[in-house]
Amino acid sequence: MRSRAFTLRLGLAVIGSVALFLGVAPAPAAEEVVLYTARHYGQEKAFDAFTQKTGIQIKTLNGEAGPLLERLKAEGERSPADVFFTVDAGNLWNAARAGVFAPVTSAELTKNVPAHLRDPEHRWFGLTMRARTIMYNTKKVNPADLSTYEALGEPRWKGRLCLRSSGYIYNQSLLATMIKRHGEPRAEQIVKGWVANQPTIISGDTKILEAIAAGQCDVGLTNTYYLARLLAKDPNFPVAPLWANQATTGTHVNVSGGGVTAHAKNRAGAIKLLEFLSTLEAQQMFADTSMEFPVNPKAEIHAIVRSWGPFKQDDVNVAAAGEFQAAATRLADRAGYK
Amino acid sequence: MLAASAIALAVAVPLLVVGAAWRHPAGDVWRHLWDTQLAGLLVNTLGLAAAVGVGTLVVGTGLAWLVVAYRFPGRRVFEWALVLPLAVPAYVIGFAFLGMFDFSGPVQSALRRALGDGLRVPDLRSGWGVALVMTLVFYPYVYLLARSAFREHGLATLETARSLGHSRRRAFFEIVLPMARPSLVAGVSLAVMEALADFGTVSTFGYRTLTEAIYRVWNGMFDRVAATQLASLLLLLALALLVLERALRGRRRFTQSQRRGGGVEGARLRGWRARVATGACLAVLGLAFVLPVGQLLLWAGELVGGARVPRNLPGLLGSTFVLAGAAALSICALGLILAYAVRLHPSPGARFVAQLSSMGYALPGAVIAVGVLAPIAWLDGVLHDVAKLVLGRPLDLLLTGSAGAVLFAYAVRFLAVGYQTIDAGLARIPPSFDEAARSLGVRLGSTLRRVHLPLMRGGLLTAAIMVWVETMKELPATLLLRPLGLKTLAIEVWELTSESRWAEAALPAIAIVLVGLFPLMLTTHLTAGPPHGPR
Repeated sequence: MRSRAFTLRLGLAVIGSVALFLGVAPAPAAEEVVLYTARHYGQEKAFDAFTQKTGIQIKTLNGEAGPLLERLKAEGERSPADVFFTVDAGNLWNAARAGVFAPVTSAELTKNVPAHLRDPEHRWFGLTMRARTIMYNTKKVNPADLSTYEALGEPRWKGRLCLRSSGYIYNQSLLATMIKRHGEPRAEQIVKGWVANQPTIISGDTKILEAIAAGQCDVGLTNTYYLARLLAKDPNFPVAPLWANQATTGTHVNVSGGGVTAHAKNRAGAIKLLEFLSTLEAQQMFADTSMEFPVNPKAEIHAIVRSWGPFKQDDVNVAAAGEFQAAATRLADRAGYK
Repeated sequence: MLAASAIALAVAVPLLVVGAAWRHPAGDVWRHLWDTQLAGLLVNTLGLAAAVGVGTLVVGTGLAWLVVAYRFPGRRVFEWALVLPLAVPAYVIGFAFLGMFDFSGPVQSALRRALGDGLRVPDLRSGWGVALVMTLVFYPYVYLLARSAFREHGLATLETARSLGHSRRRAFFEIVLPMARPSLVAGVSLAVMEALADFGTVSTFGYRTLTEAIYRVWNGMFDRVAATQLASLLLLLALALLVLERALRGRRRFTQSQRRGGGVEGARLRGWRARVATGACLAVLGLAFVLPVGQLLLWAGELVGGARVPRNLPGLLGSTFVLAGAAALSICALGLILAYAVRLHPSPGARFVAQLSSMGYALPGAVIAVGVLAPIAWLDGVLHDVAKLVLGRPLDLLLTGSAGAVLFAYAVRFLAVGYQTIDAGLARIPPSFDEAARSLGVRLGSTLRRVHLPLMRGGLLTAAIMVWVETMKELPATLLLRPLGLKTLAIEVWELTSESRWAEAALPAIAIVLVGLFPLMLTTHLTAGPPHGPR
């Protein structure tokens, strides 16, 4: 009997708290900007600085890019979201195509964000930049043997190459810009070259870097900030980046960024937020916390990242990542790239 | 009956939304998939489902029988501890496994140091690796259901069979197992549906299944329609498995006419047998629980001085508790209504509808979440229009992004857990009890309350624990449908791990395990009583 009374009490307690929970009403607050974001790291400091400066509160809803976009679409004109953030230019391009962004004309943004890192139609703006390039084991590989993405298909790398799966968004974007640069047949040839080298497919950029360090493979492709974070923990980590395609098209870059939603309730505040995030002050915070590249060329790069030296970036507009992403996915499937 | 139909219908709406994707042709995607990979995907998916099905059946049933029918060192602890892996999110176990046994992990590194660099061990990132991990993650479904079935009738049946001259082994395979069949099937089908819907583990291990392809088409080709169509294939697969099982079971029905669980002692194992029994339990528990939790603790230790306890931990705990509790209560109630309606009106049609409404479990969570979003947003639109007409002013979004929507999504996803478990429990109660009650003039509600509920208390509690643990770990639907500012432990863990910040993710992940332990302890408290006395 004791346990029955216990169950009853427990049940009442749960029901009570549920009622409380469902009944919580949002308190009317100061001016706020509501942000839906599929980027979850390294921005808190910049947000705090924005609130301090403007008094505007930022409310965020984190999520995954695909589903979050569906929520925005489903909510339509009554969506509370003012700004949509996501990683990967392909995702930004897709959101723009779905019509969830309204164009923004802002001299500040145009000045701070280089042209190839934002939408030509001003619907979204890159706010941080990441480079995806060749990583090698410093004890086993002579960097002079490395040059381009294409050259990773040379027979000398047979069994020595580690890659993410072709389903991974940053690889899809890399392939997409390759299609834009070289055309589909040539891009497919390049990927077939990689596949012929029987790459080990590893999930996780950090995991790839660890695999290179442990000797499971000698070279791989990853974003640079993962290496920077590992080097920050262990300066002797035996992996270094090689800037790919310096003599030709330049190293592939991608962005995380965002735009103002089509049905923003606080459009002015949303534009203010984007502008602030592109300023030197905020860009410096991004660079320092996440070890990505700032998009604003005036901001200083993190010391570890700077030690790798300057490099030539592929200046094709990153929107190509979206435009050719479906083609890239198909190409990878045809080439047998898992 | 009306209530049951309404529930089935409401829960089936998101599934219909999934099916409705076929209105839009996506022929070129299908042609591409057909040309490049569809056959391989199907083989991989079915192979994985079969391996996980057999694996969880053997491990779950074996362990359950071991702890119920025998006595050996550590049995009392194992009896409840073997459920623990359920509280660890699958991808955490997968990641800990890779961390430990991968090429760059400590085990292989040590082996290379000892045996030289030429060493090559079979790659864990393969079909068998995934099947192994999933078996370890999902066997507790079978274990929990089998244990509760064995406890109710297993030993008494075994005694009877033995007194009739059957050997122990024969009695187990020919009588005890067939009697437990509804429970075993329910457990295995939950495990298989989980395996079908899993994205985290297969993507970590680089194993391509239909679910992996769904995400690829969605994120890589930006084609949600084709992705949803692919998802409906998963529904078909799950349905086919259930139909197959029904066909194999035929008309046989096993019920117990007397509750004689009490009074029979398990046989004591001695010598090497006892050591093997203890060793088997230890091995499973070690791999599926101690290893991943140990890894989490190691990660947590990397943080200097525990400085990074999340600021909002109490809030996270609170919302996780409330959501999981509300889901456990409501889904068990829905499952009970559904299972009871089928029992009262046992037609193949009713059973099929009930099964169908629990198929959401075989779908990847993100697909379900978007499927839930559509009808909710539509309803919001209707409310909006009505409000405009009646009140003369527009309305904010009421349902989209509300806790109610999240709970609805849980019902769609986890009704299978509630329904299957409760149905299996009900199935063991002979229909003659119902007839007896009816002939005595007892009303329907009283029969349920006074006859069935007490008899199936173990099953209900099992269902409640499983739903609790499931919701606690749930990510995609919570993530997408939640109100602004609502956050659970699972979301916190995901945000951190998606950035490879495992050290910071470790503490909230451990908190998930602890919150999962809570109902477990509660059930032990509620069902243990005197170990062999009447309950």
